[in-house]
Amino acid sequence: MTRIIVVTSGKGGVGKTTTSAAVAMGLAQRGHRTVVIDFDVGLRNIDLIMGCERRVVYDFINVINGEANINQAMIRDKRCNDLYILPTSQTKDKEALTKKGVGKVLDELSESFDYIVCDSPAGIEHGAKMAMYFADDAIVVTNPEVSSVRDSDRMLGILASKSRRAENNQEPIKEYLLLTRYSPQRVKQGEMLHVDDVQEILSLHLLGVIPESQAVLSASNAGKPVILDDKSDAGEAYADVVERYLGQELPHRFLEVQRKGLLGRLFGG
Amino acid sequence: MGLLNYFRSSRRGSASVAKERLQILVAHDRIERDSPSYLPMMQKELLAVIRKYVEVDQDAISVNLEQDGNQEILELNIILPEHSSPKQAVGS
Repeated sequence: MTRIIVVTSGKGGVGKTTTSAAVAMGLAQRGHRTVVIDFDVGLRNIDLIMGCERRVVYDFINVINGEANINQAMIRDKRCNDLYILPTSQTKDKEALTKKGVGKVLDELSESFDYIVCDSPAGIEHGAKMAMYFADDAIVVTNPEVSSVRDSDRMLGILASKSRRAENNQEPIKEYLLLTRYSPQRVKQGEMLHVDDVQEILSLHLLGVIPESQAVLSASNAGKPVILDDKSDAGEAYADVVERYLGQELPHRFLEVQRKGLLGRLFGG
Repeated sequence: MGLLNYFRSSRRGSASVAKERLQILVAHDRIERDSPSYLPMMQKELLAVIRKYVEVDQDAISVNLEQDGNQEILELNIILPEHSSPKQAVGS
């Protein structure tokens, strides 16, 4: 049975695309046939983060409009055979994402994929609503910061009321909290919301905490999902996220300030 | 070190302020989200009726619907202006 996962947040710049790329790669690495779809029509990004921007010929909108078939538009990842990328159009209008068109593409993909990861645009406009509408699971990406937490709560309201599952009176979308850009140092100093506080406010199941990490920028610079950087804190944290999503119970890591070594103490200040 | 601690302690607590503000805000948002759709319209019409008699601000009226066990309480709160204040605002 295919699961459709939406990666959403409301607020921009919190790490939706980074998360979509990492989670999709993580699922594929574990042998699940996975496709990641970019719903941010006009501002396509996922192809860049995945490092396949020069292989885009057709896109999601072409498929919806019947100008290409799904196999022409999907790009197979060169690092992992079970991962495909469906980029979006950079020129078309976001209204091109019709409910009927999106539904048809997702139905077709459901025949051959285990997981469909939908990378939502920021905001609560049409593209974001289309990304959420068909979802079975939602990963709500949140920064430990007031406007991000509030926006996430608003997304929860939309997920609960404006989805296919809600309209058909089916079991509601499973919602998971993913806290990103977490800085244990700043939390310890009382300058940043603690993960427990965010979880308490949103009352969501915590899927993981991704520490603020230099590895994220390096990974996107290189067009390589950060989960492939398995020596980095963010890479390890995303690997845990994927395992937890698949049902494993793992303790949360990177919540405490890392102890500095002697050199770090001497030079780190 | 003492100076450093001084600056640190002055910043301590901004996260707890954030938490407090968010708790209030999110609770408020959720009540609004779950309230029936006729509430905003009703609020507008009530305001129009009141304004026939007294000049009140848009923000001076709040309509709250609360669930208390098996009964719903509709709370209507109107802040009437002091007699002198609106005139002062319009005048010099």
